[in-house]
Amino acid sequence: MLLALLVLALVAVVLAAPVAIRVARGRIEAARAARRPWEERPLDYDPGRERRAEQRARQLLRSCVNDEEWGMYRDLGFIRVAGSQPRGRGITARRNTDHQPSDTPPYAYLLYPHKPIVAYVPADGRLLSEYCVEFPDVIGGGRTRLPPSDDVLAKWMALTSDETRVIGQANMHLVGRQLDPARVRRDLWRLSEWERRRAGSAEARRA
Amino acid sequence: MKPGHGEVLLSEGDPSVSEDEERLIEEFRRQLDEGMWAAVPTSTPGSGRREALMVRDYADVPPGAERVIFFPRAAGG
Repeated sequence: MLLALLVLALVAVVLAAPVAIRVARGRIEAARAARRPWEERPLDYDPGRERRAEQRARQLLRSCVNDEEWGMYRDLGFIRVAGSQPRGRGITARRNTDHQPSDTPPYAYLLYPHKPIVAYVPADGRLLSEYCVEFPDVIGGGRTRLPPSDDVLAKWMALTSDETRVIGQANMHLVGRQLDPARVRRDLWRLSEWERRRAGSAEARRA
Repeated sequence: MKPGHGEVLLSEGDPSVSEDEERLIEEFRRQLDEGMWAAVPTSTPGSGRREALMVRDYADVPPGAERVIFFPRAAGG
């Protein structure tokens, strides 16, 4: 009789174990989530609203940049901005007048949405630095961020209006910290091909 | 530019009308007080080059500017 009771108790424990483990895990997760509320996804996240916001952001970006920059962003996903300083922060590149067309800037930036700004030398494609900069949501407590195209426009406006200020506030790193250098080099190749095709079609239109 | 929303129209009016201008100045200051940056997109006639002009005061807004865009201040990421 005692043996039967022991067997029944053992079976009950084995059957109840998964349920007990599941309940315990749920409570542990809830306790962890309560300790780090800043990591929670915003409860009011709405994919439709985000998509509409991005559509508006693309229209705004298109209305601000020129046709070449818009086409670049639409086709390649980034915008190139020429550096305006004779020598940028941490940039040792100098204009090579022997091999460079006069309109080629000594350095330029690639602006990606929600990724660091990349500085490079257009003459030889040498990658210089990553500038980690973001535009945090100061009003909403940093829970949301700009739509991708607004992020690019913010970088574009900041760089074309006050390059020194923006670059001075950014965290500078060697390329490779957040962006894959191979991917950036491939983007530079895509950009050169895009410009070649664009120049070709412009000539064809003139002919 | 508002995070999570994109472009939001804050205020509009004719700066040559005093009532409108007061409203525009008030909104301009409110945005800057909230920590936003203000920029005016500009273009160079003939060259096709476009850039932005950062403005820190309403008086710095170029005459004839069609819009001022407010966006969050840059910070090191």
